[in-house]
Amino acid sequence: MFYPVFQQYNWQEVADSIYAQTSEDVLRALQRPRRTLEDFKALVSPAAKPFLERMAVESRALTRQRFGKTIQLYVPLYLSNVCQNICTYCAFSMDNHIPRKTLTDAEILQEVQAIKAMGYEHVLLVTGEASHEVGVAYLQNAIRLIKPFFAHISLEVQPLQEDEYALLKAEGLHTVLMYQETYHEANYKQYHPKGRKSNFVYRLATPDRLGKAGIHKIGLGTLIGLEDWRTDAFFTALHLQYLEQTYWQTKYSVSFPRLRPIAQEQGHKTFSKYMNDAELVQLICAYRLLRDDLEISMSTREQERFRDHAVQLGITSMSAGSKTNPGGYAVAPQSLEQFEISDERSPAVIAAMIKAQGYEPVWKDWDQTLC
Amino acid sequence: MAALQIAGNTFNSRLFLGTGKFGSSMEMEAAVLASGTELVTVALKRLDLQQQDDTLQYLQHAHLQLLPNTSGARHAKEAILAAQLAREALQTNWLKLEIHPDPKYLLPDAVETLKATAALAKMGFIVLPYIHADPVLCKQLEDAGTAAVMPLGAPIGTNKGLRTLDFLEIIIAQSKVPVIVDAGIGAPSHAAHAMELGADAVLVNTAIATAQDPAKMAHAFKLAVEAGRSAFEATLPAVRDHAMASSPLTAFLDV
Repeated sequence: MFYPVFQQYNWQEVADSIYAQTSEDVLRALQRPRRTLEDFKALVSPAAKPFLERMAVESRALTRQRFGKTIQLYVPLYLSNVCQNICTYCAFSMDNHIPRKTLTDAEILQEVQAIKAMGYEHVLLVTGEASHEVGVAYLQNAIRLIKPFFAHISLEVQPLQEDEYALLKAEGLHTVLMYQETYHEANYKQYHPKGRKSNFVYRLATPDRLGKAGIHKIGLGTLIGLEDWRTDAFFTALHLQYLEQTYWQTKYSVSFPRLRPIAQEQGHKTFSKYMNDAELVQLICAYRLLRDDLEISMSTREQERFRDHAVQLGITSMSAGSKTNPGGYAVAPQSLEQFEISDERSPAVIAAMIKAQGYEPVWKDWDQTLC
Repeated sequence: MAALQIAGNTFNSRLFLGTGKFGSSMEMEAAVLASGTELVTVALKRLDLQQQDDTLQYLQHAHLQLLPNTSGARHAKEAILAAQLAREALQTNWLKLEIHPDPKYLLPDAVETLKATAALAKMGFIVLPYIHADPVLCKQLEDAGTAAVMPLGAPIGTNKGLRTLDFLEIIIAQSKVPVIVDAGIGAPSHAAHAMELGADAVLVNTAIATAQDPAKMAHAFKLAVEAGRSAFEATLPAVRDHAMASSPLTAFLDV
């Protein structure tokens, strides 16, 4: 289990060590054929800033060699915004009084039709955390409903038990995203004061349960904007390294969601610990230099210009035309979104943008026959 | 250059191509044509068999034979399912068997590959398994009914060349089925070297697909494979580190 490994590290000591990295450390990290977590510290440190172009060149080369000139396209399908958690950064938070909705079977199929019309083969199912309304039975039914239409099904929901994951895997589930949000254990409770999500350790053990259940791919990540992103990146990389060594048959992906403004009863909420564009590029490149096989995805949270450039910087998958509200594609286009989309271009336009850079947009990269 | 026979089929080119990693289907097609290849692999997981698949449209040339692969399969069971689907969809019993349970280095699982080869051969498939350069496994695969063996030169996608050289030499020396060096070949010189050793063919993807000019690189590989094969057929003279002494120890003998 990861928690004992995690406990060997102290947040502040790791942070100090990252901020103490020098140009020499960055150069050493850049020159190594295989990079360690110590190298990774240098690559995410402020000292790496002058080396950004060099990191980007290397990141692009490594990504091309491993993944070729391709970008995989996926789309989120929000099934429900009902949630029993209070999370200070999320529009679905229980204390945010918005209309709640959970899709029925007929509505799910309506949404599926709309998504299929855009060309999608890879879908990501998203819900809030509400064990009665959208528990395992609901998810099992949803996967069963949509399986005939998609080559690849991912899930981003509340943490489940190992046997529940095994059950959903048998239905056709391939990938589970489980973001820790932040690895700062002491402050975690501030952002998650109420609901099951406030249990830091249970959430942290989720990838272990996923690994044991034999889920094909696990997605890790933190919310950029809560705590120091460099330190959170280190802990994510530590988690990744532990998982790779423990569940060696599993694939891994990371994502770097930067917090977007969310709609609340009184206007909008924005976040202070914002990460700028150069820093996000640094983070993408640092991960690519650490692991050439890691999948890195980018959502429509990011803006058009940034996403256009990101195609060649190290990311491997992208969503497009996303709606972050249940029913957003066909059933109830006007309902409230989980966060505001920045890049609202259609999948066709995004695919054309990818092609214009000499890259191939890949719609299908899995097959249900492969279990 | 002698033609290559695999399972009763004749191939005039000894260069096989993978079709992944290209920046576009057009780029892929141009490279395939420039290489002169007659056998190309396609990943089943990338094919959209419910609609008119884009990749396949660009591979519709009379001289091209498709070799579907089971990339993504982690066990024999999954690979066999995928093989059956590929056979039905593409109307071919040719199969590149890939079973790699580890998604990081994509190294082949010998135990599951042997199991799947035996089962698939019984089902009438022409199996070309991707394997480690393991001479014993190659003989076991022959017994299991494999059509060829595809040992790796280096970890897939690394462009490192023939890191398994000593084992490739043993495999080539004792194989009854064609030996296709697959994975790790990163430059035309690597391909030429494999052919000089006596490999029957090479399979290349990353080195061509990720080159600045894939079609030109594909042509370079074509030339290298032909050169290496011709050299092999002409029989390379032995390597020495100095000229032979002109007064051998045995000159006193009245022979």
